[in-house]
Order: sequence, then structure tokens, then C-alpha cells
Amino acid sequence: MTNKTNTAEAGRRGPDARSDCWVKITPTDSGGIALDLKSKVESMYGDATRQLISDELEALGLANANVEIEDNGALPFVLTARVEAAVRRLGLDVGDGFLQDRLPGTDTTTERDRFRRSRLYLPGNEPKFMLNAGLHNPDGIILDLEDSVAPPEKDAARILVRNALRTIDFRCSERMVRINQGDRGLEDLDVIAAHNVHVILIPKVEDPEQVRKVDERIKQVVCGATERRSDEATKNPPPEPQASACANAPRVYLMPIVESALGAIRAYDIATASPNVIALTIGLEDYTADIGAARTQQGSESFWARAQVVNAARAAGVQPIDSVFSDVGNMDALRDSVLEAKSLGFDGKGCIHPRQIAVIHDAFAPTEAELTKARRIVDAFEDATRKGLGVVSLGTKMIDPPVVKRAQRVVRLAEAMNRV
Amino acid sequence: MTQPHTGNTAGRIVPTEINGRPAVPFQGVGKYRPEGTKAAPPLRTCADYPDSGSKIVANLKTALQNAGLRNGITISTHHHFRNGDKVANPLFEAAAALGVKDLRWFPSASFPCHAPIIDHLESGVIHHIEGSMNGPLGDYCSSGKMRGMGVLRSHGGRWQAIQDGEVHIDIAVIAAPTADPFGNANGVTGPSACGLLGFALADSIYADHVIVVTDNLIDFPCIPWQIQGNNVDQVVVMDSIGDPSKIVSGTTQLTKSPDRLLIAELAARFVRDAGIMQDGFSFQAGAGGTALGFAIFLKEMMKDAGVSARFIRGGSTKYLVEMLEQGLTDYILDGQTFDLDGVRSMRDNPNHQDTSPFTSYNYHGKGNFASMLDATVLGATEVDVDFNANVVTHSDGRLLHGIGGWQNCLFGKCVILPIPSVRDRIPVIVDRVTTLCGPGDLVDVIVTERGIAINPRRADLLEAVKGSDLPIRPIQDIKAEVELLCGGAPTPPSLGDKVVAAIKWVDGTVIDCVRQVKT
Repeated sequence: MTNKTNTAEAGRRGPDARSDCWVKITPTDSGGIALDLKSKVESMYGDATRQLISDELEALGLANANVEIEDNGALPFVLTARVEAAVRRLGLDVGDGFLQDRLPGTDTTTERDRFRRSRLYLPGNEPKFMLNAGLHNPDGIILDLEDSVAPPEKDAARILVRNALRTIDFRCSERMVRINQGDRGLEDLDVIAAHNVHVILIPKVEDPEQVRKVDERIKQVVCGATERRSDEATKNPPPEPQASACANAPRVYLMPIVESALGAIRAYDIATASPNVIALTIGLEDYTADIGAARTQQGSESFWARAQVVNAARAAGVQPIDSVFSDVGNMDALRDSVLEAKSLGFDGKGCIHPRQIAVIHDAFAPTEAELTKARRIVDAFEDATRKGLGVVSLGTKMIDPPVVKRAQRVVRLAEAMNRV
Repeated sequence: MTQPHTGNTAGRIVPTEINGRPAVPFQGVGKYRPEGTKAAPPLRTCADYPDSGSKIVANLKTALQNAGLRNGITISTHHHFRNGDKVANPLFEAAAALGVKDLRWFPSASFPCHAPIIDHLESGVIHHIEGSMNGPLGDYCSSGKMRGMGVLRSHGGRWQAIQDGEVHIDIAVIAAPTADPFGNANGVTGPSACGLLGFALADSIYADHVIVVTDNLIDFPCIPWQIQGNNVDQVVVMDSIGDPSKIVSGTTQLTKSPDRLLIAELAARFVRDAGIMQDGFSFQAGAGGTALGFAIFLKEMMKDAGVSARFIRGGSTKYLVEMLEQGLTDYILDGQTFDLDGVRSMRDNPNHQDTSPFTSYNYHGKGNFASMLDATVLGATEVDVDFNANVVTHSDGRLLHGIGGWQNCLFGKCVILPIPSVRDRIPVIVDRVTTLCGPGDLVDVIVTERGIAINPRRADLLEAVKGSDLPIRPIQDIKAEVELLCGGAPTPPSLGDKVVAAIKWVDGTVIDCVRQVKT
């Protein structure tokens, strides 16, 4: 990486680099591509891998090079990502990069109001966790480009995440990416935004302008990509006007993360910064540091900020989502933490291990008593609507619209969890 | 293939001669009928053994000399100490020092700690190994360097081969955690305690000559006598016969792999939702990561449903012991003990019974326990679309591990293989398994993280889980999904003609063979 034009490496090697590979490319003046492949799956996929790499290098415009690959069982989306990262590190312009055909299950859609009880963070440069993440049924999977990726690997992680978005069936989970802060985050969007990502998590938001910038960049990237796709599809005809291309583009939602005192103060402005914001969440590690408090198990130091996020989100009509619970060994504490979040008004919790997911869902599930009450309210509401009454009442008590809304949500959640 | 060969009914080309002796090709499950009588050791007289009861000799070398060590004979050992065994290596060093050649080593299994045996194969002291080979020995055999043909048998098949006279053991060397001078021995006490000595039982009964080796000699009587001194010729005392830290673990750790836990949980849910988990049922579970996870998930489901088992068979761990102690099973029938809680329970709890391949697995007997199990959970390295399974080789054809009790357990009433559908870039469901160890006739359910495939032969199971929320899928579906991720179907391994090892079926017939790996 130091000598840009001479040689470039990407990926990881050694026994711990399971499902990954290491690539070293040294461009030459002539002689075509000399590929030296050492693969754990040589007998099964040696020829297929050589073919794939040679197709990729041709597509990326690298004609002459010595290419060394140590493959520890990397899937094609990983192999091609590592090779592309190395080629880019040589300083070559590769445009949109090497895009393989999208695989089935990568075209799922999402909805503004879907449940977001659990969201599973996956390190964006670690391929081995990606393949099966959707099998554990989190409500959302976050491919993280920010804190879990070391600065020198940011470029490689982007490409890996892009390839994962085009390849991996995350099943019913919402497809999320946490981008980096500032300009680096906008560059992340250039690479990943056009590949059916449902939600972008924006870190360290302190200013609504940050959200708008992300929104704007996504629009540029997604519309551009849609335009290019329709060009390809129709081959010759004149390009369609941009407005129509954008209208067809899938919508990318936003979840800003409040991680500072200023962010917490401006929570409402952040939540209303764009119509694409669907949820507001909080990062407690950075927040507690920012206010000069130690993070405690009990969490009284962050009570205000969390309540602020709940209130701002509700006021803005978006979902309030709680921080991440990262002690993977303590399921009892996780359950308590989710129950507490639920009692504060949060709709979701972050996690980092698949075994946490069921615990989170279970704790967010309506209790028997909650469900019974909610159904009575919903019934009363439906009854009142049928009768054309303006006021919903249950017994002698009047029921206000937010209560009805909450009750409807409880019933929906119970139905979704087969608790009815 | 250069050796004499034929096709068997499973469609595999197999050798008809193994190390100079004729071999019967596999004829189908339950088809081959044995004839004749069991083998027996030579008659002995008490006149030749000291009235004092003490059969102690100075060392292994002397014992081997007394036992009539000579060229070309068969010496057996056992794998109760797993990778912590400290007997087989000095045993063959002693044999080498006595200048013999062409021995056949007949271990119940070998481990990576036995890598020094390669020197004896190279020098000619050992001609070949009949027993599971993995690690360095597996690579040595796979690359075609061993002079004779390896023979892989199940634990039950090993008993059958000894009992039927197919393998005649000249000298059995039994490493025993505790023994008395008469030769009574057990595995439940002593610094190298391993629980039981079931794998050595056949050898003690059928071998011409039996040597017990211990590092914990106690006064007569050694109780319980899992090995009976009346079958033993000599007793050797060594400073240390095993590395306790590698024999059993202090505590068995449950896997942390979310994918393996998911598979284990699905397997347990299958057993519950298919109606197998009922009061008084039985199941088998090993100590491997996924099997252990299965037992733990099933335990919780049994508690929730208020169901208890009549017996659990398998390698015991603290988790099975907890089930016994909490009344979730009446008995543990233990074939192999994996941690200190298992050893303690076997020693102290009369409902924790040690078993042997004779009671559990032997196919040439009057029934065995394995066939009585309601649910049996096993591993596999590969399965194919016909539900055939491979447990001994990698997908590249290299020897990976032994058969263990795996083949014998296939006779359970519902055989479940919880396995990942893909390991790194290695698809686990293939068109045709590299090495056939278990015929699809006996494999009922394959549980992967991507769904559960039920053998179409088991219409009853398909019916039983109808309406459940289990992800039941055709096996072809799962295979296709994985191949799409892997970039197509894998190229089958390119193997040489030379047969390096034969795979025996539980009845002694040859079900498949392992060929030399091209390097």
C-alpha cells in the first residue's frame, strides 16, 4: 500500500482468516496475468476460482500482473471483493468495480413501520459472519463500516459490504449499513447505496444537516445507478429524464445515531431532518464519554438522553431504538435491559451475537395482560368507528388516539410473533 | 484399481482382497449372513500363573518378550486416553528395540499424538494400521505411503471382526487407569481416569495374550473390574500412562458458534415436534459441539414439557450427568466418558452404566442397544442427495477421522445428522459422497442451518412434522442454494487408483474404500 504503483495487498491470511483470502498484485509490463493460487478448496474450486479472478481482472482493466492469492475458503463474493480492493489500491480507476450478478433473495423490500426490535451488528470487513446472519432472524442486519473496521481497511470493507449486499440472502431481516462519519461516510454511500440497502445508519449526528447530506448523496448515487441500469436495459434509446429514473429507485431509509450531548439536545431536529428518517437511536459509549460520565450498569447517567431520544422520535413520528447490549455472555442482564428499554418507550435494541436475538424478541413481546388490554382498546376503537362516533371510550374512560395507536401496535406485534 | 476388485450393491468399487485375505463386498443392509462359531483364545492353565495372583513384570519390553513377540503379529491398543495416550508410542519403541518387523497395529482409534508411529511404518517395524487414522497418520495413509491397506471399522465392527475371527489379536495391550496385580482393571479412578474401558473388552476376551499397563497399581481386588484379571497374562506398571488434560476435559464447553447452535436447536425441535420426545423415550447424543448443543436444547424442551427419558446413550458429559441427576433420564448407558463429571457420575451413580461395543453395537450378536434408540444424533463430513453419508474423509478424499460408533448408531429408529450445509466454501450436500460410510437407507433426517431435509423414505416423519413451523425442505433445494453461493457445484476430487484403506460395514463386508490422494 505504501508504494502505490508497485504492488498492493488486500484481505487476510493465516489460520484465523477463515472464509477469507489474501491477495497481492504486482503489475507488470507484459506477459498477461500470472496467477499463483494457493487454495484450501483447490480440488473443488481451483479452476472455478482461477476463471473468476481472470474474468474480474479483465473487467477491471488489469492486463499484466503477477497475482498471488492465499485462499482460506473464501466464497466468490469475498474473493472478488479482495481482488478489487487490491486493484483499487494500485490506484487504478475501476469505475463501479466488478459487479457479479445479484443472487436470489437480495431484492427484498422494507416498510417504514416494520418492527425493528433487534438489529444485529456485523463487522463489515469480516466475511465469515455474513453468510448465515439472516438465518438467525434478526429484524435488521447492520453491515458496519464504522467502529468495527480498522481505518486502513475502510476501503476494502466497503467493497466487501457491497458484494455481500448483492450476494447474500438476509431473508426477512432489514438490510442495513452503518456508514462512517463525515465525508468518509458519503464515500461509503457511493459504493454501497445502489445495492438495495434498506436503511443507512448515520453515526455521531449532531446537526440535521448531516442527515440531509446523506440523504442527498443517496439520491445522487441511487438515481445515477438506476439511470445506468435503464440505459443498459434499453440499450440505444435516449436516456430517460432523471426524475423518472429517481421515481423508480428504491427508497433508502435513515436511522441517525445520537452519540453526543449536542446530538441529544438536537434530537428532534435530527429526527425530522428528512422524510426518509424512520428511526432514531442512541450510542451510549460515546455519549457518556461526551458528557463526562462513566457508563454504569444502572445507566442513570444516560437516562435523560435516552428519554430525550424516545420523546424526539415519538414527536417526529419515527421509531425510538435503544443502544446496543454487548455482554454476549449474560442473557439475563440482556433481558432486563430490554425490559427496561421497553418500559422507557423504546421499540428496539441492538445486539452483536445471534443468540441475543431470541431473548430480545421475547422481552419485547407483549405480555398477556398488555395484549388483553390492547385488544379491548382496539375493539372499542373499531366499534366506535363502525358507529361513526368521534370519541372512543372503554367503560367510563375516554381513550385518546395515541393510546389506540399503541394498542394497535401491540396487537400487531403479538400477531407477528404468533402470540395470539 | 490395480488390486482385485468388484462393484458392491451400493455401487462402489471395492477390493475383494485386503492384505492378502479375501474380503466380502457389501450386500445391502442386513443381507450378509455370518456362519460358523466365534473365535476363541487358546486354553490356559492356572499352573502357569502364580498362585499369589501377582502377574507384575518389570517393563513393556519384558512383557512383550514373555508374550512371544515375533515378526508379523498383531498388537492391539485402545483409545480411551484419546490424544493423551502415553502407551502406544513406548510400546512400539520397545517392539522396535526388540528388532521385530511387519507388525500389524490394531488400535480402536489413533490420534495425532501417535505421529511417532510413522517412523515405525517407515522403518518396517509396523507393516500397516487397521483402525481409524487422522492427523499425520491419516495424511500418511492417504498419500499411499503405508505398505498394507488400512482398514476402518466401526466400534461395533471392530468387536465383530475380533469375535468372528476376522482379526486375530496376538497381543492386546490395555492401558488401565487403575489395576491390581492380578490384572483386574478399571477406568473410573486414578490420575488417568477415563471412565470406562469398553473398547478394550473384546481384546481382553479374545486375544492370545493380554498385557495390562497401569500407573495406578492398587492391592487386589480392583473394583469394579471392567477388565477381568482372569483374562490377563501380565501387568506392567509405568510412571505415567496418559496426560489427564488430554484424556478428559475438566468441563466440556458448549460451542459458541451461533450457526452450530442454530442447527442443534433445530434438531432438538425436530425431535420434539415429530413427537419423538415422549415420556420414556431414549436418545443418543455424542460430545461433539452440535450433538452436545442438541442435548442441551432438548433438555430444556423436556423440562418445559415435563417429559423424562428412560435412557440416554452416548459419550457422557456434565450435561448428560445433570439430566440424570435432575431426573430427566432414568439411566445413562455410557460408551465413552468425556469429562470429569462423567467419570465421577459413572463411579458413584449406579444408574450411570458403562457399556461396551458388545452391548451397544456388535452386529453379529443377539441384538444391540443402538437399534433401540428413538432418536440418534450423529455428525458427517458429507451427505449426498440420496442421504448416503461420509464420516471418514474430507471432500478432497483425505482421511479425516474414524468411524467410531457412527455406523452402528445408524440403526436407531430416527437417525438425525445435524450438519452445516456449507463449511467455508465446502458444500456438505453433494451428488455422491466421496466415501460411503452409511447407506441412505438408514439416514432419516439431515438438519442444516438452511433447513431440514427428511428422507422421502420416511413418509411417517414427513407427516409427523406437517403443520409445525420447522423449515422442512427437499435436500436438492438446500444443495442448490449452497452451490449458488459457492459459485457452482464442486469438482469431485481427483483420486489415484491405489486403494489405501477399506471401509468395513458393521457386518464385516466392504462398503467402500479410500483411494490415494494425488498430491
